[in-house]
Amino acid sequence: MTPPSRNPTNADIVIAGLGMTPVGEHWNLSLRELALQAITAALEDAAGLRPNILYVANMLSPMLSGQTQLGALIADFSGMRGVEAVTVEAAGASGGAAMRQAELAIASGSADLALVVGVEKMTDRVSSDVESALSTASDVDYEAVQGATRTAQAALLMRRYLHEHEAPTDALAGFGLIAHANAVANPLAMFRKAISPEAYAKAPMLSEPVTIFDAAPNADGAAAVLLARRGVFPENPDRPTVGILGSAVATAAPALHDHDDPLTLTAAARAAETAFQRSGLSTEDVDFFELHDFFSVYAAMALEACGFASRGTGWKLAQDGKGSRDSELPILTFGGSKARGDAGGATGVYQIAEAALQLQGRAGEAQVAGARIGMTQCVGGSGGTCATHLLGVLEVD
Amino acid sequence: MTEASPIPMLRPNLEVGIVGYGAYVPRYRLPAREVSRVWKGGTGGTPIEEKAVPGLDEDVITMSIEAARSALARAGIDPSQIRAVWVGSESHPYAVKPTSTVVAEAIGATPHTQAADWEFACKAGTEAVQAAIGFVGSGMARYALSIGMDTAQGRPGDALEYTAGAGGAAVILGPAEESLAIFESSYSYSTDTPDFWRRANESYPEHGERFTGEPAYFEHISAAGSALLKSLGAEAQDFTYAVFHQPNAKFPERAARALGFTPEQTKPGLLVRRIGNTYAGSSMIGLAAVLDVASPGDRILLVSYGSGAGSDAFSLKVTEHITSRRDKAPTVEAYIARRTEIDYATYARYRGKLTLK
Repeated sequence: MTPPSRNPTNADIVIAGLGMTPVGEHWNLSLRELALQAITAALEDAAGLRPNILYVANMLSPMLSGQTQLGALIADFSGMRGVEAVTVEAAGASGGAAMRQAELAIASGSADLALVVGVEKMTDRVSSDVESALSTASDVDYEAVQGATRTAQAALLMRRYLHEHEAPTDALAGFGLIAHANAVANPLAMFRKAISPEAYAKAPMLSEPVTIFDAAPNADGAAAVLLARRGVFPENPDRPTVGILGSAVATAAPALHDHDDPLTLTAAARAAETAFQRSGLSTEDVDFFELHDFFSVYAAMALEACGFASRGTGWKLAQDGKGSRDSELPILTFGGSKARGDAGGATGVYQIAEAALQLQGRAGEAQVAGARIGMTQCVGGSGGTCATHLLGVLEVD
Repeated sequence: MTEASPIPMLRPNLEVGIVGYGAYVPRYRLPAREVSRVWKGGTGGTPIEEKAVPGLDEDVITMSIEAARSALARAGIDPSQIRAVWVGSESHPYAVKPTSTVVAEAIGATPHTQAADWEFACKAGTEAVQAAIGFVGSGMARYALSIGMDTAQGRPGDALEYTAGAGGAAVILGPAEESLAIFESSYSYSTDTPDFWRRANESYPEHGERFTGEPAYFEHISAAGSALLKSLGAEAQDFTYAVFHQPNAKFPERAARALGFTPEQTKPGLLVRRIGNTYAGSSMIGLAAVLDVASPGDRILLVSYGSGAGSDAFSLKVTEHITSRRDKAPTVEAYIARRTEIDYATYARYRGKLTLK
């Protein structure tokens, strides 16, 4: 498979506005109300621009809220009745995949303004229901029906990772420590409290060796990003213009056992390679990386798949100060899924909104100094879908 | 004396108080580490030390009778003067046939009496107290007996199994001048909040995990407690003691802190670590334990919580009658000290957790 040499979306698409709700247990807010809050904030941020098309990123609504057709539901509830709207679902990669669809809609010429809202509502149901719903992202006939839940599979992977790479038992602790330390600066984060290596070592076990500090909390939340064709609308003079430099979605076998090497995220490698190619960038250009740390082992594997570390050494990029906000490659700058909270299909949209805030210099206490190019990547299931984005500050013409 | 408040407090025509009280805790104790040993391989924390377990020949009826007899002993009244016997519980032995008539008969309160069973999860007992304030305070009855008593259910292996205990308390309400503690004011706060429930014909309750915290327990306790304090123009430091529904140790401690109470104010009534969550008996036996140590003039705040959900809040002022009546029946501490530790297997037998056919 050879990707097109030039990305049709390359720098022709800019971020016109963004909005996010706090991530957490929103027992008083329904799916549509969460989406409305994020959309209202994003459209206000875009100084009143209105979208021609709406993409809703969501994974679990049919199972946990009993609601399909979120495109129509949320368009209607947000005062956009009549607009073209659909749901994009790719498990934990839904957010990045929906962004990619919005970019293609603009690139195709059918829309000048495309709105993406990622929304997920998990905490209205008991945890066994949620774990069961999450396991539908596996190859159900072969995995979920055997009782191989997402957490159980992450435990198998983590054990294999530590064994095969001869890594210490606390090798993956760095990801949780960085996430929690960074979330202190994120007012929207679920857990704004740093944790210590001692706390990590004593954390309750979920599925050995995965502890609660290796696993992201399931949460409610919504994030919205309005994309615009560049040059059609006036740009906000008060902040740098941030554009989509390259993006890609790639897939792999949803079943873990169908991977030649379960410790390699092949879809992540493909999506990153394609996005780099489309943007003309390389790993060296990336100032920070919002990766998907739904389990700590996936954070390490993402760094390896995307070319930031060689196989088996990804965990070292979260050791000895590496990965922190003032390091060479900051990761999880707003707390990542571990501490910001993982709002399922909304994750990819949160990542892009957070990356945009960094590049616009609007990250507040979470600011990565001098960030010009940021990368985001979200993962569906155990690596079946990966969506990668490269965003950057655009030069004024 | 009180600030004008848009929130309607409940005040009877006549002043009402508690003329007698009595508690009951069964003898057997299941340490939480036993539950952990069987279900968690001994790993993980435990929410309390141990819980009280009823014996094979005990149920809410027998336990209510013992508590009621202690209440009568302290009240020193003729049981035939009681016009209501009300038992609040989640563990009534019969689905249809009152617990309260058996209790009323056993203590000699029949036949000129109301008798009814109350149900509102863990606040069924205080709901019966609230109703008794109205019954006595209107002049319809001189005395009314309200009981909160439970042999609590928790599914084997569920988080609730550590805490679901057994016990409760009975209070006889009567005229203020005869009372050992007088109700200053009370208030009830209820919403449709489904955090914990047990459907008909089910043996064990279900719950909404963390949903039972913030939007359920804390919201209702805090709303009821702060509304009552505000209407009285009072603050936490104006009270000697405070008692809250105690499903575990952490919840009542946090609720107390949020309303401004100190550990010194809550400690005497905080029994959950040693007897578990006695559901409808929980806040009422906490009150009984406080009355066991209170002095004339002390003020007590009592706030219950029942899933589903609601809270009853009461402000009480202790009178000089407490000193002469306290010793006429066993204290809560005496029941807690009467302790026989059992293992999980014995607990499983006593609580009918082994299906034999």
